[in-house]
Amino acid sequence: MVRGGTVLDQLGRRPADVVVTDGVVAAVGQGLQAPGGARILDAGGCLVSPGLVDLHTHLRQPGMEEAETVESGGRAAALGGYTAVVAMPNTDPPIDCASVVRDVLELAAASRWQVFPAGAITRERAGERLAPMAEMAALGVRLFTDDGAGVQDSRLMRRALEYASGLGVTLAQHCEEAGLAAGGHLHEGAWSSRLGIPGTPAEAEELMLARDLTLSRLTGAPMHFLHLSTAGSVALVRSAKAAGLAVTAEAAPHHFTLTSACAASYDPVFKVNPPLRDAPDVDAVKLGLADGTLDAIATDHAPHPQEAKELPFDQAPPGMLGLETALALALTELDLTVEEVLALLSWRPAGIAGLEGDHGGPVAEGRPANLCVIDPAATWVVEPDRLASRSRNTPYAGRRLTGRVRHTVVRGEPVVIDGEAQR
Amino acid sequence: MSANLLSIADLGAEGIEELLRLTDSFVEVSERPIPKVPALRGRTVASLFYEESTRTRLSFEAAAKRLSADTMSFSVATASVAKGESLRDTVVTIEAMGVDAVVVRHASAGVPWQVARWVGASVVNAGDGCHEHPTQGLLDCYTLRQRLGSLRDRRIAIVGDVRHSRVARSDVLAYTALGAHVTLVAPPTLLPPSLEGWPVEVSHDLDGVLRKVDAVEVLRLQHERQIEALVPSLREYTATYGLTRDRARLLADDAVIMHPGPMNRGVEIAAEVADQSRSVVTRQVANGVAVRMAVLFLLLGSGSIR
Repeated sequence: MVRGGTVLDQLGRRPADVVVTDGVVAAVGQGLQAPGGARILDAGGCLVSPGLVDLHTHLRQPGMEEAETVESGGRAAALGGYTAVVAMPNTDPPIDCASVVRDVLELAAASRWQVFPAGAITRERAGERLAPMAEMAALGVRLFTDDGAGVQDSRLMRRALEYASGLGVTLAQHCEEAGLAAGGHLHEGAWSSRLGIPGTPAEAEELMLARDLTLSRLTGAPMHFLHLSTAGSVALVRSAKAAGLAVTAEAAPHHFTLTSACAASYDPVFKVNPPLRDAPDVDAVKLGLADGTLDAIATDHAPHPQEAKELPFDQAPPGMLGLETALALALTELDLTVEEVLALLSWRPAGIAGLEGDHGGPVAEGRPANLCVIDPAATWVVEPDRLASRSRNTPYAGRRLTGRVRHTVVRGEPVVIDGEAQR
Repeated sequence: MSANLLSIADLGAEGIEELLRLTDSFVEVSERPIPKVPALRGRTVASLFYEESTRTRLSFEAAAKRLSADTMSFSVATASVAKGESLRDTVVTIEAMGVDAVVVRHASAGVPWQVARWVGASVVNAGDGCHEHPTQGLLDCYTLRQRLGSLRDRRIAIVGDVRHSRVARSDVLAYTALGAHVTLVAPPTLLPPSLEGWPVEVSHDLDGVLRKVDAVEVLRLQHERQIEALVPSLREYTATYGLTRDRARLLADDAVIMHPGPMNRGVEIAAEVADQSRSVVTRQVANGVAVRMAVLFLLLGSGSIR
């Protein structure tokens, strides 16, 4: 029983206790009696929200278990308030066929974390031949992407969209036109020029986004756009939505909290793809999140081992941790109500991932008990060594944030209590 | 001055002036029959060159030796790097041998900043990728001052592949800190994508610029393959941006011609132009040793140089 909190979901805000039995919400209301033998989670002063849903997590398994595993990444997610994460397919081997999907589902089942693999659009993520999407969809895969790279070939992308529309699944694009982006390690602009690091122009993202919006119109297939980072991208999606296209888009916390100036330290912890952009882009992303142009905040949680992030900036792999800091960054840095932040982190991404049956609320009788109890006023300081991820590459070390996860409940099991992981 | 020399930007005008004054003393030392002082006796300077560079490395080593420092040299071809050792392990290992300064050259921008986070020894940037080469910037200032006196309100053109040039980035910072007016002359494809915050003018008309400047610095075309993708051909580059014999005639008689070396004679500069009396290319090399003595002395020394 979660007692004494304020339930906050897509139906609104109401003071209520939540009784959970057998992994399902049994009752929601004020002054409820705790069933005999019930475990009580104190939610005094806290918000009781549907668990968060991350559309964009790199769990690194199979293949890069030194950086992260389904087990460690699932724990990091739970500590961040997530009850479900979509695992990106750029593993080794990539998730590009039924057998690898099964492997990841088995790892997820063994870990008891709610992990939903995304499948690759093309075999080996090589951008040349369609991956067997139907056999992966049959195992429950709802989202397909070659994330880490965009599908460069326009004809192949058109075929992929047409094929996917027959399966009722959504294609998600990592928008990066490879030719224009080639050799870049930082946002192309004042900082890349000064620092002598080759840059990736904003237009490399916008070019592929514009192409895909055109292809979405051509095929009528829905699309989701991953980690949009530029003012131009936000404007493109805004006008596409105004024109009625069935598209959704996400932004990552680092793209509304950090800028390319961070690279002046030459610390590869600030290297990420798409790269950190400039202040006008940060402002545009914030505005896009506020006005509904961007549907979700997704972490792009990308763990890397220490030695990889000690390479020279132009050799280090891109990526940052995100699961354990996303909610607090959104609450601290965005000029939005808590309701709006939770919509971006929970129920809207749940819908995009096709998980709305089990995740993202509402908190109501008969629904699976995937819950997150948030203390919106608690402040804390990010300490890399205290993170549950197997990696340490957070760009927020030492940053003071407001808003903290107190408890997380996955299918009725309290996996985080008072900020401590229970397993 | 901090314990490191990573960027000209760390020095400011005053730091540059201080180093140039100190360089005067070391130029005098270099002219002695025995060009050596005991200033850094007992100190150890390690050079860590991840990129081939004969002249900069020899220049630093000569500087350290003339200050009586012990020197250690580490080059990629023979080193543990070939066995897969990480940058961090290498520098920490070298520091454990007891060094007071590490002189770092690397093909990647920013490596000296990373090294400085890992070691307590002083770090000197001897060139990092396309970013900076601060001692080159200092020696270029010193060389120009020998010919021009003060750099205040002097007009200096930097011609060529600014985009990939660490020399240009350090020179722009150093020249403008000392009050000079800098014009970058290059095709747009060889300029940095953004010049926001750079106190420079830009021109694509070399002939027009040459008529007005007190000094012209010709940059080496560094990466021939990259350059081929950025200009139609080396021949066209030479025709439009090379300091040819005809073009050099547009310069004032007392204008100074510089090149950081090594030169591609016949590409960015004609052989005859490089050998003119207005050219200070050899002087730049000679001053390089004295400037690096000043840098090492200021970072490590505690007493008088005499």
